[in-house]
Amino acid sequence: MRMNKGVEELRQIATQIRIDIVKMLVQAGSGHLGGSLSVTDILVALYFNHMNIDPKNPCWEGRDYLILSKGHVCPALYAVLARAGYYPPEEMLTLRQLGGRLEGHPCKSRGLPGIEVSTGSLGQGIGVAGGIALGLKIDKKPNRVYSVNGDGELDEGSVWESVMSAGHYKLDNLTMIVDNNDLQIDGRIKDVMNLYPLKEKFLAFNWNVIECDGHDFKQLVDSLKKAEATKGKPTVIIAKTVKGKGVSFVEDKAEWHGKAPKPDEAVKALKELYALRNEVGRWKGATVELKPPKIAKELEALELEFAH
Amino acid sequence: MIEYPITIGDRKLESIPTRFGYGDGLVELGKRNPNVVVLGADLTSSTAADRFQKAFPDRFFSFGIAEQNMSAAAGGLSLVGKIPFVSTYGVFSTGRAWDQLRTTICYSNLNVKVGGAHGGVSVGPDGATHQTLEDLSVTRCLPNLTVVSPCDYYETKKATIAIGEKQGPCYIRFGREPMPVFTDEKTPFVLGEVTMFRQGKDCTIIATGHMVHRALVAAEKLEKEGLSVRVVNLHTIKPIDVKGIIACAKETGCIVTAEEHQMMGGMGSAVAEVVVQNLAVPMEIIGIRDRFGLSGDPEKLMEYFGLGVSHLMDAVRRVIDRKKKGGK
Repeated sequence: MRMNKGVEELRQIATQIRIDIVKMLVQAGSGHLGGSLSVTDILVALYFNHMNIDPKNPCWEGRDYLILSKGHVCPALYAVLARAGYYPPEEMLTLRQLGGRLEGHPCKSRGLPGIEVSTGSLGQGIGVAGGIALGLKIDKKPNRVYSVNGDGELDEGSVWESVMSAGHYKLDNLTMIVDNNDLQIDGRIKDVMNLYPLKEKFLAFNWNVIECDGHDFKQLVDSLKKAEATKGKPTVIIAKTVKGKGVSFVEDKAEWHGKAPKPDEAVKALKELYALRNEVGRWKGATVELKPPKIAKELEALELEFAH
Repeated sequence: MIEYPITIGDRKLESIPTRFGYGDGLVELGKRNPNVVVLGADLTSSTAADRFQKAFPDRFFSFGIAEQNMSAAAGGLSLVGKIPFVSTYGVFSTGRAWDQLRTTICYSNLNVKVGGAHGGVSVGPDGATHQTLEDLSVTRCLPNLTVVSPCDYYETKKATIAIGEKQGPCYIRFGREPMPVFTDEKTPFVLGEVTMFRQGKDCTIIATGHMVHRALVAAEKLEKEGLSVRVVNLHTIKPIDVKGIIACAKETGCIVTAEEHQMMGGMGSAVAEVVVQNLAVPMEIIGIRDRFGLSGDPEKLMEYFGLGVSHLMDAVRRVIDRKKKGGK
């Protein structure tokens, strides 16, 4: 079933997810902060508004599928899955720890509910998503498939094999969302490997293309609806985003691609996010607040400072 | 270890390519299970997957010359209950798309079957680019993956059916050229268990693929020299039959392995891993010695690269000699 949450609540959830991401990463001591923050709103719109899911029954046959092709931003997915009710939120703090289910990149066989396939080697998830979409078409099933890709990831040639194939098979049950934050590890997209013009590439492969602001929930939700209404071809939503969105000193900086905040940086980031949370309102669905031991003391002070 | 004696002798054997066994195995699987689908990459007739395509046109999917996407899409198809067979040459299915095989298929432990056509130098005139000589090395190092290398037409058909009915990722290697058919419908085939085609006490030849027939011929010739040579068919490279290999080491005291594949990391290496960790006996490994293939007549190439019957006989004599000298 769809959660269909409104724009206001989606903003509250996204703020909570960003807080969770910072806390998970500071506790883990490593991970990908920049991309996790840029993709947050996309995943929140998908899980808390648009996708047909049943978090208590993650393998429900009628579910829509989400493949996180850019697997390195899994902290965002892990937080979304926890807050959507797939697994207990406390477990988020086991990110990247031996024996846990929250691997550094998503691992299907670790058994975390909601992880459909292992990803992390770029350029493969969109192919998997296409295979699922084709399989659903064969069986005339109505489920939809979503693949979330990075813009840097589109350098991989295999992505374009998959794009060609989805166009060929007219997979209108497939939507690809590009987290277009315009940065990759080594720098700007245009400097590392110029991907642009991007829209025209998809058009040439017989795709429907929608461009939107990837941090505007109204636009994101509308785009997902339009994609679903498009028949006879797959749709790509090119979502313009800001890497590190929500934390001023992380925003639009390539150096934050594969870095976790140190304790003092995490506190600084959380200060901004707590202020934002007070502004947009605390999400009532967040019943558990993460308390990473690495910043336990500072967090206590922060909670007091921002208590209503 | 299953014992099933086979004598080649003066029999006139029919020659059929093992790839036809793959194609016919797919058709049989298609009849048994409607979820079996076959994916092709513009090599549908040369992998013999066209036999399935003709029988079940709605369950064959063309992916163009794009093996990476084909492999990832196979992963996706398996996630919605299909049993996809990725059908192309081994150099592409295990080479170009190795990362998809590793990360999407094996790491996720998906129920995907991967076919590797054109195994070995016996591919012939097409030359090195299309002669798969590395597939066993690069597949047997992948966790969760079953790796099979059957010996003739009938065994390839059985192996194709067996991997289709086994849960989890599987790779099957087969060849291009017609090769002698020396097993039949009734010859036993059990995944993960070696078959002893010939009893012997002086030495064991453990062979795989096209080399099994040659091993039998070599053993029969060596009998005339007074040597008793056991021949074992190791069709499942992974999981390897540890018990069967140890039994051969114990009972014959030395081993020759034979494969139409690079020596490094291949079947011989796999056998050596078992032998040296359990019961070290002298071993000779017959395979391609760190070279690329060449164009030429298939049979001449086999001889050129040291994969002929005479090479096997020499290796057996050498290893028995080493055994007699106490392994030196």
